Amino acid sequence: MTAVPDTDVLAYAREHVLENGVGLGEAEVLEVLRLPDDRLPDLLALAHDVRMRWCGPEVEVEGIISLKTGGCPEDCHFCSQSGRFPTPVRSAWLDIPNLVKAARQTAETGATEFCIVAAVRGPDKRLLAQVREGVKAIREDGNDIQIACSLGMLTQEQVDELVEMGVHRYNHNLETARSHFPSVVTSHTWEERADTLRMVAEAGMEVCCGGIIGMGETVEQRAEFAVQLAELSPHEVPMNFLIPQPGTPYEHYEIVEGKDALRTVAAFRLAMPRTMLRFAGGRELTLGDLGAEQGMLGGINAIIVGNYLTNLGRPASADLEMLDELKMPIKALSDSL
Amino acid sequence: MTASDTAFCVHCGQPADGGADHPACHNPRTALEPPRYCTFCARRLVVQVSPLGWTAKCSRHGETASG
Repeated sequence: MTAVPDTDVLAYAREHVLENGVGLGEAEVLEVLRLPDDRLPDLLALAHDVRMRWCGPEVEVEGIISLKTGGCPEDCHFCSQSGRFPTPVRSAWLDIPNLVKAARQTAETGATEFCIVAAVRGPDKRLLAQVREGVKAIREDGNDIQIACSLGMLTQEQVDELVEMGVHRYNHNLETARSHFPSVVTSHTWEERADTLRMVAEAGMEVCCGGIIGMGETVEQRAEFAVQLAELSPHEVPMNFLIPQPGTPYEHYEIVEGKDALRTVAAFRLAMPRTMLRFAGGRELTLGDLGAEQGMLGGINAIIVGNYLTNLGRPASADLEMLDELKMPIKALSDSL
Repeated sequence: MTASDTAFCVHCGQPADGGADHPACHNPRTALEPPRYCTFCARRLVVQVSPLGWTAKCSRHGETASG
């Protein structure tokens, strides 16, 4: 890696990222992540300029729902839905009428995306049948919201089946840097996840792939992760911040400090100028109301509205009012189709 | 049942005199959590979170939901 002097990294980014749309490499991202607090306002302003220049002012709003909660056989150390840890989350299946209701409520907020999520290693026939029935029922309800899925690792046949159902985007997070992944998950590999992402992209679905900041990774590994994500050219990168869940191995981890979270958001934006960067879980805990607004003015251009899979979020109305006050229009469905 | 029947914290399931909100469990994280344990019997609840709400069901004491 060739390091850029830290006094120059924002000027370098202005020329390469803002003017030419070329994302920063790992060395430069690392320099950005090491910027002192007094450079943070300049960094956020630049990340915002990059977002406005290469993505525009629209914000994509999405709702997510857990179709199958808990009881997952995998050992992702951050996750309250792993059946291997003594967490208070119990297994549950959502029925189709309540799935349809959640999709309708999501659409009524103005959201254009609805992601159906299951806590599994990969889908079995029963789960895929449930997804198929759910997608059909949402359409029969007169709801034309775009439907994404997050169902774990897929086979090629399952990828093809989701495409045929009309699922337009697939989420599968790499979660963290390749070098850090084995300390976060031992029941499968980073490469297995990458295989699913490759099949999804080749099948023409939009790739949604992000991760969680604050799982004990070093700042170097955050830079590594940003570049590994950029290499995938994902349509969307959801950025989560660790919520230390009771009963998991990360129960006592510290919450990411707000300025570090904002620095990371901006650094990811400078690594991926054209990618949709979505605020996802943990922002309420890490950043609070004011920090969420700073993030929207520091590179973020998409949000999850309302609650998450097992945790609660800010009221949808609070985020929608924030976007209104920031004069950031919600991306319309017609722009998505 | 009345509020005075509540005996367990909805966040940790441990005994909590005088109500469902165990003072030791008041923190920013639990403010973003639906209830996880039945306040009447401490059974783990089957919780379903949706974008605009949640439901929590106890096999003995029935379902509660967000306002």
